[in-house]
Amino acid sequence: MYSVNYHRAASVADAAKLAKGDAKLVSGGMTLIPAMKTRLAAPSDLVDISRIDALKGIKVSGKTVTIGAATTHYEVATSDKLAKACPALSHLASMIGDPAVRHRGTIGGSIANNDPAADYPAAMLALGATIVTNKRQIAAEKFFKGLFETALKDGEIVTAVTFTAPAKAAYEKFRNPASRYAIVGVFVAKGADGVRVAVTGAGDDGVFRSRELETALAKQFDAAALTSAKVPARALMTDMHASADYRAHLIVVMARRAVAAANA
Amino acid sequence: MGIEGVGARVSRKEDKRFITGAGRYVDDMVVPGMKHAMFVRSPHAHAQIKKIDVKAAQAMPGVIGVLTGKELKADGIGNLICGWMIHSKDGSPMKMGAWSPLAVDKVRYVGDAVVVVVADTKAQARDAAEAVEITYKELKAVTDASKAMDKGAPQIHPEAENNLIFDWDLGNADETAAAFKKAAHVVKMDVINNRLVPNAMEPRAALGHYDKAEDHYTCWTTSQNPHVARLVMSAFYNVAPENKLRVIAPDVGGGFGSKIYIYPEEIVCLWASKKTGVPVKWVADRTESFLTDAHGRDHHTHAEMAFDKDHKILGFKVETKANLGAYMSLFSSATPTYLYATLLSGQYDIPAIHANVKAIYTNTAPVDAYRGAGRPEAAYLIERMMEVSARQFGVSPAELRRKNFIKSFPHQTPVIMCYDAGDFATSLDTAMKGADYAGFEKRREKAKKAGKLRGMGFSCYIEACGIAPSAAVGSLGAGVGLWESAEVRVNAVGTIEVLTGSHSHGQGHETTFAQLVAQRLSVPLDSISIVHGDTDKVQMGMGTYGSRSGAVGMSAIVKALDKVEAKAKKIAAHLMEADEADIVIENGALKVAGTDKNVPWFQMALAAYTAHNLPGGMEPGLKETAFYDPANFTFPAGCYICEVEIDPDTGQTDIVQFVAADDFGNIINPMIVEGQVHGGVTQGIGQAILEGANYDASGQLLTASYMDYTMPRAGDVPSYKLSTSNTPSPSNPLGIKGCGEAGAIGAPPAVINAITDAIGTENLTMPATPQKVWAAIRSAKH
Amino acid sequence: MSEVSLTVNGRRVSASVEDRTLLVHFLREHVGLTGTHVGCDTSQCGACVVHVDGKAVKSCSMLAAQASGSDVMTIEGLANGGDLHPVQAAFKEHHGLQCGFCTPGMIMTTVDMIARHPEGLDEATVRAELEGNICRCTGYHNIVKAVLAASKTMSKASKGKAKKAA
Repeated sequence: MYSVNYHRAASVADAAKLAKGDAKLVSGGMTLIPAMKTRLAAPSDLVDISRIDALKGIKVSGKTVTIGAATTHYEVATSDKLAKACPALSHLASMIGDPAVRHRGTIGGSIANNDPAADYPAAMLALGATIVTNKRQIAAEKFFKGLFETALKDGEIVTAVTFTAPAKAAYEKFRNPASRYAIVGVFVAKGADGVRVAVTGAGDDGVFRSRELETALAKQFDAAALTSAKVPARALMTDMHASADYRAHLIVVMARRAVAAANA
Repeated sequence: MGIEGVGARVSRKEDKRFITGAGRYVDDMVVPGMKHAMFVRSPHAHAQIKKIDVKAAQAMPGVIGVLTGKELKADGIGNLICGWMIHSKDGSPMKMGAWSPLAVDKVRYVGDAVVVVVADTKAQARDAAEAVEITYKELKAVTDASKAMDKGAPQIHPEAENNLIFDWDLGNADETAAAFKKAAHVVKMDVINNRLVPNAMEPRAALGHYDKAEDHYTCWTTSQNPHVARLVMSAFYNVAPENKLRVIAPDVGGGFGSKIYIYPEEIVCLWASKKTGVPVKWVADRTESFLTDAHGRDHHTHAEMAFDKDHKILGFKVETKANLGAYMSLFSSATPTYLYATLLSGQYDIPAIHANVKAIYTNTAPVDAYRGAGRPEAAYLIERMMEVSARQFGVSPAELRRKNFIKSFPHQTPVIMCYDAGDFATSLDTAMKGADYAGFEKRREKAKKAGKLRGMGFSCYIEACGIAPSAAVGSLGAGVGLWESAEVRVNAVGTIEVLTGSHSHGQGHETTFAQLVAQRLSVPLDSISIVHGDTDKVQMGMGTYGSRSGAVGMSAIVKALDKVEAKAKKIAAHLMEADEADIVIENGALKVAGTDKNVPWFQMALAAYTAHNLPGGMEPGLKETAFYDPANFTFPAGCYICEVEIDPDTGQTDIVQFVAADDFGNIINPMIVEGQVHGGVTQGIGQAILEGANYDASGQLLTASYMDYTMPRAGDVPSYKLSTSNTPSPSNPLGIKGCGEAGAIGAPPAVINAITDAIGTENLTMPATPQKVWAAIRSAKH
Repeated sequence: MSEVSLTVNGRRVSASVEDRTLLVHFLREHVGLTGTHVGCDTSQCGACVVHVDGKAVKSCSMLAAQASGSDVMTIEGLANGGDLHPVQAAFKEHHGLQCGFCTPGMIMTTVDMIARHPEGLDEATVRAELEGNICRCTGYHNIVKAVLAASKTMSKASKGKAKKAA
């Protein structure tokens, strides 16, 4: 790790002031710290927002779910309120990394980092979530912009995510055998405004919605509707663990399983 | 057996320190004034070094020294060597290229050490290492042994034309050719044995301390054989004479072969300590371990087996290309020759065998022995061959094996080995029963209904352990003898220290060796301490690898105990005015058999040291030493059955059961033996479905961290069903065969045989990842 | 530089360290507790697991400065004087360790796992929960056995306590 200056922010406003230039925000640090250790990331300053109370907690009011950015994966996975409102998201959180990672990693960190193999971006997209920052509200659709890129501007801090609980939803993931990140993760959600299917781990430009699968499922929200479904391999990643063809195939398989789980 | 003696499930004496965080590994060692080393390594697989500029690095904060290969050479430090001479079939000696601990003119693989930086902290050393400027001229690289001898392939060492190190033959080519002429069936296969990275959980580390006042060096190192390290560093690398070099291998966090060898880093830490005047510690990070620990396996083989019309094997022909990487590691030449081709008879009566092995340089990490070393490659080849042959003939794989088993012992194979004991049919029957072979088709049907593919695979492995006797291995090219030493020191109060040349890095010697002594001398386990891993304490030893510590190391202790017992009985007989032939040792005392006369063990020991009343002419004290050289290798064998269920939608393999029926000879502690099998089988399953080192064509290691190299995790493997049915080895006094490597040797073919059975195609290479299995299923359908 | 103050195994410790100092290095080099190990660079092996404010975390992926003010427990703090913690005892009894290098992390993970599953554990759950801890020696067989046994012992003990309290 290169030299770095650590600051612990007392408030979001404090953090916004400190997060200038080559500084980076850190919450759980489960991606950033390892990247700094291997010197792939070299921020001048680290602004720790993990102890800001205003960024923590899960609120469910009617159908509206709001999760603070510094809420850990463990808290999301074990929240009773969320298990009632959107069990698919609890389930997703319970499958991120390992128990120790889930104790530190946060939803805000995962979203702001937008790793193409991270799980939360798929959920945000499929749930039609809104990303709340210290400056504005951004639709998930507009927030995720390719590999590790988001709509966040300098000094802008994710403070929460909010979404309307879907009628039905589920997440299925096929893991990279080594890293255990998603080779393919598919989040399906059936809500008031129709069916959304978001795919992580596979797209060569990051998380995306599969219109092919959404169209098939809009007609009939059933695994059987995907029997002959196909996803083009064209814009999918190829690496040593999975070719684009294999990923294209797995997307359909995971989608089928997710729909079956959502209906169960 | 007693509750603590031979055969008992004694929980381990060494555990206390490990479960409380009190283990002492090299990285835990602190010496006053200690500083930290970081190596600058080649980012290129093959390049000339044009210029090294260390000025900027030297000016960085905390930097004490920035040292290069030229300075190392100027101080007379020697090149690393391979200690086992192999001659090609034309009689010429192997072509060993020079390996400087720090590269001088040329780098030959990604990770080759070029410069060492010593600084106050590790972070500062790393900062400064980045400031070292090295100008390279990149050369074309080759990583695949099957292409390294092609015309136009880059030449890696001037000594080895076409990158060929040796072209070696074993067996009889004419007899084998004649056998193939008589054959009713010939089965042909091309087999790749995938390259693995050992991945002991403790990364390699070294702490070198030069004491100017005494002109003496101490090296703490993660070694499986500290004495061999001292010998080699003294005799060949010119670090210091043996009496001026102490090597300590304290608690070592796993080895699996990778910590046998003497690497550049420990040599450089010792040299750099003298050069900079401070103790120098280096600890590898995981990526450095991936890049520079000696890798394992990496064979490309074409094999043909000839059968008569009744499916009896007539002959076996094998051609192997073995990738040895960029440099010849310490025992790299022995692994694909005497540890591989000598086992090509497997458990079968094969009248004629011929093997040719070409060892080849490539621009990859050096390859050497890794758990099993040569024997997994042989077992995989033979056991795939048997399974595929059975499928081609339409006969049961179990019965094809049974028909060809060697049934009487001793059995001389056509490839040097003389198997001294075994009962292969019993292991096969035990495994089949354990796996409920009879019920398999029902389970397959049930899985099919659930949309899953089930398969079952066999593996009847044999291996050779002990690696001995010294005269025999010497005649085959070994640069060292492969005996073991032991010293048994009975203290004046009757407690005992056993000094052994074996080294424990997870094997539990502190317990099993003590069990042996407790049984023999009838003393409590707690009164026995096992001392190992320090050249100042143990005079000489050969270390732990090749499943040899039981068969060879403990046999040496037996020899020393023989002498201790004889002297103890003499003393006791003298004290009780009895005949020494009547003395027996039981319940902590030396007794006159058939009477109640006795001398407690501690009183006899005290008498030995007070020396007030010893038999005439007897020297005081009670301490005996033995060097034990075995009569033969030992031959552990067994049968493994693996059952898998495959999800055809994803290609994911689930190991639903794994049954092991082993023959390890006599067993000291069944609990520890089982642990060895669990670990070995898991590494074997890892090779079969998870692990593979993967270089791209330019020589970059793509699998250089746990993000890309799949380590077996708890969820990847099942709980195992183990059993043993043992035929004692006649070649050592304890009848032990060894158990450390069996799992890693026997498991891979069982797993791949099961997967190919499930998916109905043989077209699959290890590791059989979900992607590969899915693709194989798909291509089989088309 | 950061002024880092922690309670480690019940003892207050503080030191001024470079901001980039990882918690694991703080514990090993500044507090002298070398039972916590480093086995990888990518926060996957779990040899470095300690408890921070009662939760298992990977101390190689957290700055010491991030932990400042927290309560840290390492493997050295687990036993109660001479009495082994039930998880330590189970690892010994069931031969859940060989070389011992991954063991501190395995044990700290297990203590946390059992605390999060007071209802008890089954084999599949244990194997899934060990996702972040790699062992190269044992093949996990005996680790799983040890975790299950410890979980049983501890749930019995807590039931016993509950009875007494009632």
